[in-house]
Amino acid sequence: MSILVVANATEFAAAEAALGPLPGFRHLRRPETGLLMLRGRIGGEGTKFNIGEATVTRCHIVTESGTEGAAYHLGRDLGKAEKAALFEALTREPAWRDKVEAALLAPVKARVDEERRTKASETAATRVEFFTMVRGEDPR
Amino acid sequence: MYVAVKGGEKAIAAAHEQLSRARRGDRAFAELELAQIREQLALAVARVMSEASLYDAELAALAIKQSRGDLIEAIFLARAYRTTLPRFGESLPIATERMTIKRRISACFKDMPGGQVLGPTFDYTHRLLGEMGKAADEENVASKPGVPASCKMPGVAHLESLASDATASCPRVAKLLGNEALIEEPPSPSHARPGDITREPLGFPAERDVRLQSLARGDEGFLLGLAYSTQRGFGRTHPFAGEIRFGNVEVEFEAPELGFSVPLGEIEVTECDMVNQFRGSANAPPQFTRGYGLVFGQSERKAMSMALVDRALRARELGEEITAPAQDEEFVLSHSDNVQATGFVEHLKLPHYVDFQAELFLLRQLRREWEERHAAVTATQQPSREAAE
Repeated sequence: MSILVVANATEFAAAEAALGPLPGFRHLRRPETGLLMLRGRIGGEGTKFNIGEATVTRCHIVTESGTEGAAYHLGRDLGKAEKAALFEALTREPAWRDKVEAALLAPVKARVDEERRTKASETAATRVEFFTMVRGEDPR
Repeated sequence: MYVAVKGGEKAIAAAHEQLSRARRGDRAFAELELAQIREQLALAVARVMSEASLYDAELAALAIKQSRGDLIEAIFLARAYRTTLPRFGESLPIATERMTIKRRISACFKDMPGGQVLGPTFDYTHRLLGEMGKAADEENVASKPGVPASCKMPGVAHLESLASDATASCPRVAKLLGNEALIEEPPSPSHARPGDITREPLGFPAERDVRLQSLARGDEGFLLGLAYSTQRGFGRTHPFAGEIRFGNVEVEFEAPELGFSVPLGEIEVTECDMVNQFRGSANAPPQFTRGYGLVFGQSERKAMSMALVDRALRARELGEEITAPAQDEEFVLSHSDNVQATGFVEHLKLPHYVDFQAELFLLRQLRREWEERHAAVTATQQPSREAAE
């Protein structure tokens, strides 16, 4: 589910194009957008407190062969939630698992990993070493 | 008090038409796209998300566009939109110690474990207008996607290993002094449900969890002014920026129907751990105390102000004398919400005709009475003066 969360519309479309028609499904819960209260901890590790809310979209489906799939992600993309729920179900159907892995999960993971590496090296380039200067002493 | 008025429908409709034209501006120029606002005015988007208390960059960008860049109006729009959505629940507390760091600095320890990374910052820029750096040159960006040229400079071949360090979990700076008990521990986790000002109205005295929620959505300018006042001596707290970090954290949610926690994606947050001097009291030994700031997006000024005001508001808990505005929780929390503040200040524009007529009537009566009294006094003084002459 963590990979499906970061997949974008282009990647879902590419996977669908590669896999051909996907199995039929019906909704157990239609895609809907709501709020999630995000929590933090005081000092990062103490008592919980509410920071503020985020928009979240969810969907719950069942495929024609009876596998349930669920999706929850930040944002308001109803179409993505439905696709993610369907693909989530397919990752648990033996006939589809490997195909979904190759057509969707692997490319998404590769893109995200590459983006992380790039960001990390950009960040690392700004690593700084500060030196403390001695003040007010005459060189002899 | 204002009372309902009738009429003006045509003028109001025409004014809204005009607003819509003004919003679009000169049609000789292309209309702004939401993605442009989200990507290129990211700090305005962060402020709207933070003070609207709603994390959604697209919505914040739309609100900024609709409000013509008036950020308080944008915050108002996002708050109003929020009320139309149901709440699915509460996230697990975000784990900021597992943040994918984009920036992390400490003004206390130059050699902190995990190191300091400057990230995208205005610090150390020369503030020369028009100087936007090489990345602003589109050709340069297009020809070298990804890793900036500086990463490939000779002599910094070890950047690859540093890159993996930067994403590794960075221990909190506060932990470095923790072993000597020279710095206070954060309040220990409890299973109590944190207070929620979107569900129960703010009451006083307010607990720290409620104060932090309130400060997190507080107006940046108001909190900045209060924070500054503590530095200038109005409730002094002797602060040091123990650690400021900005980056991405995963949001996780325990969906009731699934029975396990699911990742929902990442959000950007800025966290500030302020370290403050404390002389100790009858109950507590001298040690550093802490103020905490946590806000959506990249917003260091807000996170730092929040941490300073959080610490100032702990005066009661730490047995400090309450002498300054920043220490007065009722004053701070009742006036930090800019949607409330702007609502009450700006409602003065609405028709107060009946109210004003009543005041006018009263004033005329008072004036009449005063003039009568004045005339009477003058009349009694005049004969005696004549007699004296």
